[in-house]
Amino acid sequence: MAKRLPKVDAVAIGFGWTGAILAQELTDAGLNVLALERGIWRDTETDFSTTFAQDELRYRYRMELFQRPAHDTCTVRNNVSQTALPMRRLGSFLPGSGVGGAGVHWNGQTWRYLPSDLTARSHNIERYGKAVVPPDMTIQDYGVTYAELEPYYDKFEYLCGISGQAGNINGAIQPGGDPFEGPRTRGYPNPPLDMPWGPAMFGKAAASLGYHPFPQPAANASRPYTNPLGVQMGPCTYCGFCEKFGCGNYSKASAQTTILPVLMGKPNFTLKTSCEVLKINLAPDGKTATGVTYIDAAGQEFEQPADLVILCAYILHNVRLLLVSGIGKPYDPASGEGVIGKNYAYQIDSSVDVFYEDKILNPFVGAGALGLMISDFNGDNFDHSGLGFIGGGYIGVLQTGARPIETHPTPEGTPKWGGAWKKALAKSYLRCATVATQGSVMSHRSNYLDLDPTYRDAYGQPLLRMTFDFQDNEHAMSNYITARAAEIAKAMGGREISVKPRTGSWSVVPYQSTHNTGGAIMGTNPKESALNKYLQSWDVANLFVMGATAFPQQSGYNPTGTLAALAYHSAQAITTQYLKAPGQPLVQP
Amino acid sequence: MAERDFNRRRLLEAGLVALPLGAAAAGAIGKAGVPWRPDEAAYPLAVDEGKSYNFFSRAEAAFIVAAVARMIPADELGGGAIEAGVPIFLDRQLAGEFGQGTQWYMRGPWAKGEETQGYQSRMSPAQMYRAAIAAIDKDTNHAFKVVFARLKGPDQDTYLKRLETGDVSLANVDSKAFFILFLQNVIEGFFCDPIHGGNRDMIGWKLIGFPGARYDKRAWVLAFGKPYDLPPVSIGGRPGWLAPKN
Repeated sequence: MAKRLPKVDAVAIGFGWTGAILAQELTDAGLNVLALERGIWRDTETDFSTTFAQDELRYRYRMELFQRPAHDTCTVRNNVSQTALPMRRLGSFLPGSGVGGAGVHWNGQTWRYLPSDLTARSHNIERYGKAVVPPDMTIQDYGVTYAELEPYYDKFEYLCGISGQAGNINGAIQPGGDPFEGPRTRGYPNPPLDMPWGPAMFGKAAASLGYHPFPQPAANASRPYTNPLGVQMGPCTYCGFCEKFGCGNYSKASAQTTILPVLMGKPNFTLKTSCEVLKINLAPDGKTATGVTYIDAAGQEFEQPADLVILCAYILHNVRLLLVSGIGKPYDPASGEGVIGKNYAYQIDSSVDVFYEDKILNPFVGAGALGLMISDFNGDNFDHSGLGFIGGGYIGVLQTGARPIETHPTPEGTPKWGGAWKKALAKSYLRCATVATQGSVMSHRSNYLDLDPTYRDAYGQPLLRMTFDFQDNEHAMSNYITARAAEIAKAMGGREISVKPRTGSWSVVPYQSTHNTGGAIMGTNPKESALNKYLQSWDVANLFVMGATAFPQQSGYNPTGTLAALAYHSAQAITTQYLKAPGQPLVQP
Repeated sequence: MAERDFNRRRLLEAGLVALPLGAAAAGAIGKAGVPWRPDEAAYPLAVDEGKSYNFFSRAEAAFIVAAVARMIPADELGGGAIEAGVPIFLDRQLAGEFGQGTQWYMRGPWAKGEETQGYQSRMSPAQMYRAAIAAIDKDTNHAFKVVFARLKGPDQDTYLKRLETGDVSLANVDSKAFFILFLQNVIEGFFCDPIHGGNRDMIGWKLIGFPGARYDKRAWVLAFGKPYDLPPVSIGGRPGWLAPKN
């Protein structure tokens, strides 16, 4: 029997980036906020210390910081004709667990989406005609514009101390920046990181082909920084242990290094760890959330009443909790009706290795977002007429650390073990630069999330079922930008290149990216979307759903900058509009 | 090459397992096989490099020693998997939490599924190694009248390639699934931090030029082409820094 607790003003489910942002903003507005995190407490000096953080086996391969499938996973299949089977071990993506969430082990690549990314449907139809969006491609506009989000992108960039070079300040193109980016009101708070030889050679080659290389915007601080909350960050030391690791140096922005030192001391904020929310509770009318039911580490169930419920878990868990709680109409791919689980999307990547005969590139000198990129082939920055696809991706050389269990560049035709492999690796490890592409994935009718009919989690609740494959549009797009990447790679002057396109069906096995999106998307009306432009549920007015869950399709950029901007945009609407008339929709359907 | 094969075989025949010992053991030891406590902030202690196996039987150890020596051989570039201590690394991993698959989703029902759906075996890693090694030795005994460890080196290579491509039918085990897991673990043992019992004397890192657990590399960012000239360092320090063995 669940024990009933005293009511709080707001409860946040999950305590990663969006949980910390919402808790910080709502407590500033005077609300009494409780955050429930199913993982454990982690902090820099105790858990990510530079005396032991650089342990590739422990953190990458024994997955110390990630969600454990034994506790919660999802089932996967490529299409409805297959039987979904559980993701028994992590592979393609690595959701976080614990305080800070996946924001602890991210790389720190912090982008703004293109203005046209946020209006993908109307923009593409306007430019190329209706036929460019086939009937089964279910892309939509976000319902919020780049201009509306700009102040919130700015707020997150200054919170994190992003290191970068602006490309467009109030419409004026800036040398050395990304000329394709939407206009920003001011430059980044910190200058770009220094670029090692591999990225530098990419920049030179890309410029020689007429493209526009610029430094990847990085949440790896290029110098000491104090953020607007008064929290201090230290300069990045290029140790090369960002992605899949916590930063021991206070250099990579995370909830721990930017918000928690302020938030944790507030009397109107409480965090409970090892507390897993099982369900969002609804009033009998089904239109109001009364709070949540959670279970603590001792197995005791609690009912936590709250006036406001903020869903801040990873996107897959957000969707599962909505479905398990009976909120919103589940999506049906056969009819195309329903919204919860709709428009699940991902990203598609590829790479081209450049091998040099005698250049020592020291690839282990790295940071999560250390690289030179081009946006010339991202989004709709290039003319898609006659190409047969929409969308695009970035191309660039990112030098993230070349950790030795993971990084084995060898020329084409090299076996995967044995003496020949050993010799090839010994020769290539220091002498290879990798040109990476990361591309958009449009939403399609057949890619969706629902509850698995067979498999259950540790609490007996159904697992989420993921039905996903790369469609023709995505393969055509990725092949196109991979060919451009290969041209740049050739211009980098190596001995040989090795092209690694993404072919065939999506597989859960190799790591690709933790950039899952969609499932409870935002939009302009309740028939086509689950959330309004403020991330407020159309069905339950005192429920707000954060995260990339809201993206109607996935762009070619990393999602954190945009999901954080959407969180700040939502928090602003809650504190300045919603609280004046609680329980009311902020947008009339 | 022939001489090394001969020596290894003699050792195996004598019932000994060819394990180079003598690298300094850095500290206390857990039989659990993981040198940290999951979910606790803890400075990791080094894995015991001791002489005896906790998980592998003698016959299993003979297979492991023979196979990893082919997968990452010693050659003119330096030591291979044997010299790096990969057998002890594998043993400690399989004896511990990893071997039990405690972090994996291990509930049924079970089905083979598509390759894109990943690992679907009912077996934990420890169970899979046990079953696969027994099945491999049975298979080679049937085909060649000897266990895998007694095949000639090139024949071992051929057999491992057949495992890699799934061209061997083993009782109860998908040979390809086993080989994928095995090769990944061997690579882990060759390149991991030495506190885990592999990469002894950091020979994996020295082979490729990885500097180890150093965390401040600012001086090399803009030094294009300048070789990194500091020796690698482990989380547990460097051999010269360690206290003498008891």
